[in-house]
Amino acid sequence: MDNSGITLTVNGQVHSLHTRPGEMLSDLLRCRLGLTGTKIACGEAECGACTVILDGEPVLSCTYPAAKADGKTVLTIEGLNGQTAPDHPHPENGRLHPLQSAFIQNGAVQCGFCIPGQIMTAYALLQRNPDPSEDEIKHALKDTLCRCAGYPAIIRSVQQAARELRGEAADASLNIPQAAQAGKFVGRLQVRADAADKVTGKAIYTDDITFPGMLHARVKRALVPSGVLRSLDVEKARRLPGVAVVLTAEDIPAEHNHGLVTHDWPVMVAVGERIRTVGDALAIVAAESREIATQALELIEFEYDPLPVVSGAIQARQPDAEQIHSTGNLLKHIKVRKGDIRQGFSDAELILEQTYFTPIHEHAYMEPECSVARMTPAGRMEIYVGSQIPYADREQVARVFGWPEERVRIIGQLIGGGFGGKEDISGQIHAAMLAHATGQPVKLLFDRHESLLVHPKRHATQIRVKAGVKKDGRLTAMETELYGDTGAYASLGEKVMTRATTHSSGPYDIPHVKADCYAMYTNNPPAGAFRGFGVMQSAFAIESLIDELAEALNLDPVELRRINALKVGSVTNTGQLLRDSVGLLECIDKVDCEVRRRAGAQPFQPRPVLGAPHKVRAWGFAVGFKNTGLGGGAPDKAGAEVELRRDGTFQVRSSSAELGQGLPTVLQLIAAEELNQPPRLVEVLLSDTDLTPDGGPTTASRQTFVTGNAVRHAAKALCELVAADLSERYDTSPERIRFIEGLAQVGERWIKLTDVAAQIIADGRQPMASYTYWAPATQPLGNGGDMHFAYSFAAQAAEVEVNTRTGEVSVLTLVIANDVGFAVNPLGLRGQIDGGAIMGIGHALTEEFIVKDGCVVTDRLARYRMPSIAFTPEIVSYVVEHPVPTGPFGAKGVGEIVLIPTSPAITNAIFHAVGVRIHRLPVDQEKILLELKTRADYNR
Amino acid sequence: MSAWQQYILARSLHDAFDALSSPAGPALPIGGGTDLLLEIQQYRHPPVHTLVDISQIPELTRLEIIQGRLFIGAGLTIRNIVDSPLVREHAIAVCEACNLIGGPQLRNTATLGGNVAHALPAADGMISLLAMDARAEIASAAGSREAPLQALFLGPGKSAIQKDREILVGFYLPLRKPGQGSAFERVMRPQGVALPILNMAVWLQRTADTVEDIRIAIGPSGPLPVRAEAAEAALKGKLLDAAALQGAMQRIHETIPFRTSVMRATADYRHHLSEVLLEDVAMKAWQRASSLE
Repeated sequence: MDNSGITLTVNGQVHSLHTRPGEMLSDLLRCRLGLTGTKIACGEAECGACTVILDGEPVLSCTYPAAKADGKTVLTIEGLNGQTAPDHPHPENGRLHPLQSAFIQNGAVQCGFCIPGQIMTAYALLQRNPDPSEDEIKHALKDTLCRCAGYPAIIRSVQQAARELRGEAADASLNIPQAAQAGKFVGRLQVRADAADKVTGKAIYTDDITFPGMLHARVKRALVPSGVLRSLDVEKARRLPGVAVVLTAEDIPAEHNHGLVTHDWPVMVAVGERIRTVGDALAIVAAESREIATQALELIEFEYDPLPVVSGAIQARQPDAEQIHSTGNLLKHIKVRKGDIRQGFSDAELILEQTYFTPIHEHAYMEPECSVARMTPAGRMEIYVGSQIPYADREQVARVFGWPEERVRIIGQLIGGGFGGKEDISGQIHAAMLAHATGQPVKLLFDRHESLLVHPKRHATQIRVKAGVKKDGRLTAMETELYGDTGAYASLGEKVMTRATTHSSGPYDIPHVKADCYAMYTNNPPAGAFRGFGVMQSAFAIESLIDELAEALNLDPVELRRINALKVGSVTNTGQLLRDSVGLLECIDKVDCEVRRRAGAQPFQPRPVLGAPHKVRAWGFAVGFKNTGLGGGAPDKAGAEVELRRDGTFQVRSSSAELGQGLPTVLQLIAAEELNQPPRLVEVLLSDTDLTPDGGPTTASRQTFVTGNAVRHAAKALCELVAADLSERYDTSPERIRFIEGLAQVGERWIKLTDVAAQIIADGRQPMASYTYWAPATQPLGNGGDMHFAYSFAAQAAEVEVNTRTGEVSVLTLVIANDVGFAVNPLGLRGQIDGGAIMGIGHALTEEFIVKDGCVVTDRLARYRMPSIAFTPEIVSYVVEHPVPTGPFGAKGVGEIVLIPTSPAITNAIFHAVGVRIHRLPVDQEKILLELKTRADYNR
Repeated sequence: MSAWQQYILARSLHDAFDALSSPAGPALPIGGGTDLLLEIQQYRHPPVHTLVDISQIPELTRLEIIQGRLFIGAGLTIRNIVDSPLVREHAIAVCEACNLIGGPQLRNTATLGGNVAHALPAADGMISLLAMDARAEIASAAGSREAPLQALFLGPGKSAIQKDREILVGFYLPLRKPGQGSAFERVMRPQGVALPILNMAVWLQRTADTVEDIRIAIGPSGPLPVRAEAAEAALKGKLLDAAALQGAMQRIHETIPFRTSVMRATADYRHHLSEVLLEDVAMKAWQRASSLE
């Protein structure tokens, strides 16, 4: 019984290794064999990202003891190339497995972090079942989670690969139309450039980076929600062998707080200072191994004097509430006023009022936060991190050191999902402090538990809506009152709740509007940006109330929305005259038409299911809108560079971030169009503060518009620069110069772009153009005028099935139309649409981040139910393109609008099915059942 | 801290007892480890020095008919059981329950022995075994003994198996005879903490129009897994019609103290679901009972 060593075969290679205490198979693969294609997203056997094939069956390597794999054969994503049949186990160089190529072609790859797990799980399925049905695919992949929710494309990919493996003709038609006004490249389906690396496991995320001598960091968290730190003793931890350094607030060189807008978030809480949330950092440790660093945390002792816990926004506003910050608990009172609200209600023939509640939502991006920091020999700080705002990271890190910003370099890495949750600082500052103190590289990786406790979430809200309406359906007045729980620190709370407020009367033309919002500090984990940015919450409220109005007026719910919909010439509640690009009515019409085609004239009537009379189906409808860009008077700009390189290819550079949404492809296509070069000659480099100009934050659905415009102008400028050079060099008028694939045509002459580049460089100049694009100016809230330079619009209809015996709800179909201005890459757009809608299903039916008295109940991924592939409905998508004249080729934002109408469309459908109104998310099946039973008892 | 210092793959029962009896620190047997490893990692279990993997011991991986009974080894993966034609034929409720344990990948590692030894009062596999009247075989260095499944439970999460010297080897189930059938179902509440809220397994024996014998297991129905004997009594000798089911539901209400678990389900909702499940699961078992031969 020799247990000191194990022998296992990995991707055809035999390895004999000594086992290590506590080592899981994933550790062995990633750390000892360097096979970092196997990803760790939760470490708790919940998400499937770490799936590998062990003796032919998929297992979760994150919780499979390495010692147990003795004598077994392991296949990882790196070994899949060429694995077309089980009797040909040896990889053929370079050839992709049909699953890998199908995932690429179908646009199933977004952030990519879950993709190795998806592909390995699907591989195991196809080994056993060469012709799986959609249900069988869903069953096999149901615990392999994708937060980008590319599930429809994943299903298509598995089916396509199965056909190919069976030797059938692969039907590769995607049934995704190109843009109506497609150019040569923009508006046409384009496969993302990074997809190949993401399906083969070559893609490198921050945790895949290792440096010689790298230390591992961990953070001592308060784990109590409210109090004053009385004492902190780190001496025992410092003395633990293997610990390099332990730092506390006393070691912070300069500014003690960070924050994106308000600097209120302490890097570490000092003795005598306030603990405001469980995730507050008290001390940071760097050690030779993660195990030692973890052990050191247990040796750190602290005492605190507890203070009362403020656990919700309403409580926070009570006069006797404990004050969390010296400025009080009110982060911001936000007001919207249009017309005369009293007049509006006196004009009304019907007034309805209702209050709605939405919970905290967790981004649950598959990749937990990770930062790697190291000092350069020249004394600069390099930080490798997947960040949505690299320049803001740089500024916040530099501020803590008291350094000029240029001394810090943020080197953005691939991001395994962000959705707004990677805008704030997570471990960047701590890793940098430890690297600075030790002179060694330091990796600070959050485990899922820490990620759940620490990073800002979606604001929980309470929203009261009071609407006045004429009997014919014209809205006369809308009054809303919102409470938003921004948690312990401001993060982007003020901005988020401003967006919630300005969108709280919906995409409707209403003469009299009054909205008040109270963004409140509490002792909950901070709340900040999350896809939809407050508008998801207010859309649930307003779209639910609009449906209640339709019911009360006995009007068709679609018709009521059509009557009041914003259109060109409307004035928004903030006083903005909409001059163009308002595709809401077309979105409504497209969805309405498809729903009635499927369900007949009365889609909002309940229909029992044949053979299952306890199941009832109905449709529900909702609309939404969402600003593109920062707006509100904030300067909104992005810089970009485009360079012609010696090898004749082009590089586009901007610090804007790719979180999986597909920005590089958008920028690639825009540059290709302007340069008249095929996209494969255009490479995109993002998120490096030394190499790429500031693209601003990747938030607010703004990058296609803002950085897209910057790239377009930079590409144009590069064309002009090169044309000017050629014009002079060859004495040809610029009009006779044009560019085609790899070549410049100068009069009658053809010159290779490699030669063009060489000539310019030889003259001591750079064939490069940079451009800073300033988006159209906007006005602060309260000033009237253009608060935003563009809005996206959407309509969605959901068909649900309610089980009247259990209260269970499922979404069968979603019909969706989004006005995105112009679909730059319809393939990437489809991924955003599918993923947003499925995230919306999660927000409606399952997701709730639970905090009790400031303590996080949802402290494991197992306790947060994001939609699995089993939740995937049939999705019918229409892309509506009302171009915005200032957008690149007319494009505006898409990242957020796709999610906004989904929840109310579903809850409205539930009402139409069984008559139960949902006022609180997520839908509680028990409450539905209780109401049905109460009603049945009453009728009996 | 490492989750363990030493991981021993036992190749025989003898190996395992050896390793368990002479450890350098706290030692525990481990099956698939899908519950235990997470508990250790998440500090919900005291530190363990030595883990003795028993999932590859030959006695624990048998699935066969032994002297007129179906034997299901405790070390088999859940997937093995779901895929087994023998289990499907004789104890389809166990198949159905196992097919709901964890996810597809987890089922390739998790074991039925672990599902039972973990001693949770609503574990799907365990509830199905309870309805099948399974008996457990427990080995120690001195030999092996058999016990009814219920005898393995001392309290929620507290198993009667003495893990430093005993190993759960497997389960004996009666073979299916004509007129017998079984079924399993459960209801999830996917909101919030996302956990199953009630499950039920039913085994019954019928004639053309009468329930001759029936066993009903509901989880959770208390701190220990118990059968719904009052409801069973209400159905025995009856035609399985609405009136009989109504009577059984009434008996469930009277005898089973469903609990309200915060964030999961109220006792009332569980009561209601027990009615829904009884109707569905009993009817499914009833129909299956008539389909044999």
